[in-house]
Amino acid sequence: MNMKSVLAASTAVMLAGPALAEPTAEVLHWWTSGGEAKSVAVLQEQFAAEGGTWTDMPVAGGGGDAAMTALRARVLSGNAPTAVQLKGPAIQEWYEEVGLADIGPVAEENGWDDVLPAQIAEHMKCEGQWCAAPVNVHRVNWIWGNKQILDEHGIEMPTTWDEFNAAAEKLQTAGVTPLAHGGQNWQDATIFETVVLGLGGPEFYQQALVDLDPEALTSDTMKSVFDEMRVIRGYVDDNFSGRDWNLATAMVMNGEAAFQIMGDWAKGEFLAAGKEPGVDFVCAPTPGEGFLYNVDSFAFFELEGEDKQQGQALLANLIMGPDFQQTFNLNKGSIPARTDVALDGFDDCATQSNADMTADAEAGSLLPSYAHGMALRGAPAGAITDVVTAHFNSDMSSDDAVQQLSDAVANAM
Amino acid sequence: MEWLERNVPKVVLAPSFVAILVFVYGFIAWTAWISFTRSRLMPRYELDGVTQYERLFAAPRWDVAMNNLFLFGGLFIVISMVIGLMLAIFLDQKIRAEGVLRTIYLYPMALSLIVTGTAWKWILNPGLGIQEAVRGWGFENFTFDWLIQPDMAIYTVVLAAVWQASGFVMALFLAGLRSVDSEIIRAAQVDGIPTHRIYSAIIIPTMAPIFLSAFIVLAHLAIKAFDLVIALTGGGPGYATDLPATYMYAMAFSRGDLGQAASSAMIMMMVIFAIVVPYLYSELRPRRDQ
Repeated sequence: MNMKSVLAASTAVMLAGPALAEPTAEVLHWWTSGGEAKSVAVLQEQFAAEGGTWTDMPVAGGGGDAAMTALRARVLSGNAPTAVQLKGPAIQEWYEEVGLADIGPVAEENGWDDVLPAQIAEHMKCEGQWCAAPVNVHRVNWIWGNKQILDEHGIEMPTTWDEFNAAAEKLQTAGVTPLAHGGQNWQDATIFETVVLGLGGPEFYQQALVDLDPEALTSDTMKSVFDEMRVIRGYVDDNFSGRDWNLATAMVMNGEAAFQIMGDWAKGEFLAAGKEPGVDFVCAPTPGEGFLYNVDSFAFFELEGEDKQQGQALLANLIMGPDFQQTFNLNKGSIPARTDVALDGFDDCATQSNADMTADAEAGSLLPSYAHGMALRGAPAGAITDVVTAHFNSDMSSDDAVQQLSDAVANAM
Repeated sequence: MEWLERNVPKVVLAPSFVAILVFVYGFIAWTAWISFTRSRLMPRYELDGVTQYERLFAAPRWDVAMNNLFLFGGLFIVISMVIGLMLAIFLDQKIRAEGVLRTIYLYPMALSLIVTGTAWKWILNPGLGIQEAVRGWGFENFTFDWLIQPDMAIYTVVLAAVWQASGFVMALFLAGLRSVDSEIIRAAQVDGIPTHRIYSAIIIPTMAPIFLSAFIVLAHLAIKAFDLVIALTGGGPGYATDLPATYMYAMAFSRGDLGQAASSAMIMMMVIFAIVVPYLYSELRPRRDQ
């Protein structure tokens, strides 16, 4: 840079300085892997294009554990970031602890209430006021299948758990691993919640895993859920312990296993490997009715300073903009949280997911995923997962499991 | 000037003294306080009795973690000491290339426990490691799948930890063996006492302080063991290989249950005290013979 341009630049800064405060945002998030980083870069570009200054604060690792630790340290030292990737009941938990900014004006101006499903909008409100903005909806209860294997053995995607069991038996007899699974506790929990939804139905799911009704937790339905978990355990290969979810997805991709039960982030793996939905792999909701969602969102802390507040408003506005919702979710593999975004360019699985979301929202079967931190706060959710994973990895009986389940939930309150 | 001369040690020591007072003992006190509150996501300071300890002792996962600690700790300490002592005695036989062998045995200690854990995870994985290799040699029925057996997985942690630490114990013991007065040994040899008797009756008893140091080092390694479990089993299958440290981490950092994490940390500290305090007592009490 020569002297002249330095002068020009500094003059520009001086001229711009006294004018209106520029929106600034320091954004704490844990989207650091390839597709995710690309997705957040979209937001960053749009923010800069509107004249804002974006300070990126990515904290890698641990499904957000590390980011949450960083956040706690920042909040404790009285220096909260402007916007933070937070989701589910954690938003309300943080609101109760330290307070979150009211972004109601932005939400009302843009009619968020009209474009978001009511259940999802509810997660974004703290005591009735808007305090967070959703960026996407992941559907958790998907079952993925290897098309070639299924065709070879004449198997349709199962619509009940009995059909699933029958298909799995058939595959097992033929020497194919029926279910690719990674033995990490959140993956056990993911299968568990889809079985709860599938066998118990949406109402039972709500009672058991959202309201934590002790009667539902110890009911016969819950026992049959654990019975089914025991059966499913038999369909997993011997080597599943500690396997990452994407390695399990790769097993389906490479024809080493027929099915995987996993949220739609698994689709990203298929697509990244150049596989096509309907041709190489098939997707279907897990047996039973209902839609389990996992919504990523950003929450805003209460902060002093005109520039920061403007930054929050601008960010909230951009996040819920149809433009961003479309580009972001094409990158991330999820679907827009807004129901009015055109789905050009989205694949068949995403289109189905979107149609189901609207339908299930009306039918009252749009439900928060417990395994992914949407239904419960950390302590009770963790307590349930402990029981599920202990049952799945031992020979615990279903009777013991429901007893432990209700004890653990009571102990976590 | 004279004042300065007298007080230099105090002045120099003061900052580190204050730092340790605040950042070690201060934070222990803070953790103790938090363990008596209902803190969740953020610390809260209203006292709430022993709720967190009741919750802790009611949690089956904590039981598993404590049982694992005693099982893992006991086996790890005993096996490492036995192997370490054997290696030290064999190396002590005035063999050639002792320096090279010593380095080879000591080297595992230079690796991070994360590396040890990850490498052993591959070696013990039934689909990749030993089991697969032996089956490949024609022994189709060979099974070695402790890593994925909930009842046996904790022993794989012992295996990896012993592999890591026994070289270090050997180095300690070797130094101990060399420090035994050679005159006594020579006198015993002249008297025609067999070598194994010399070791069991003379050398090993005089090495008692070394045993104590080795025990203290290994015991605290066992109690704070965390990275090895995370890398090797991730606490699984299920939570079968959880240790108190991994329990504490899960509560504090994944679940937003600070009070629970604090109470588990206090119990861990008490376990350490139970081991270290008798040691300190024996070290610090005035010796009668001095």
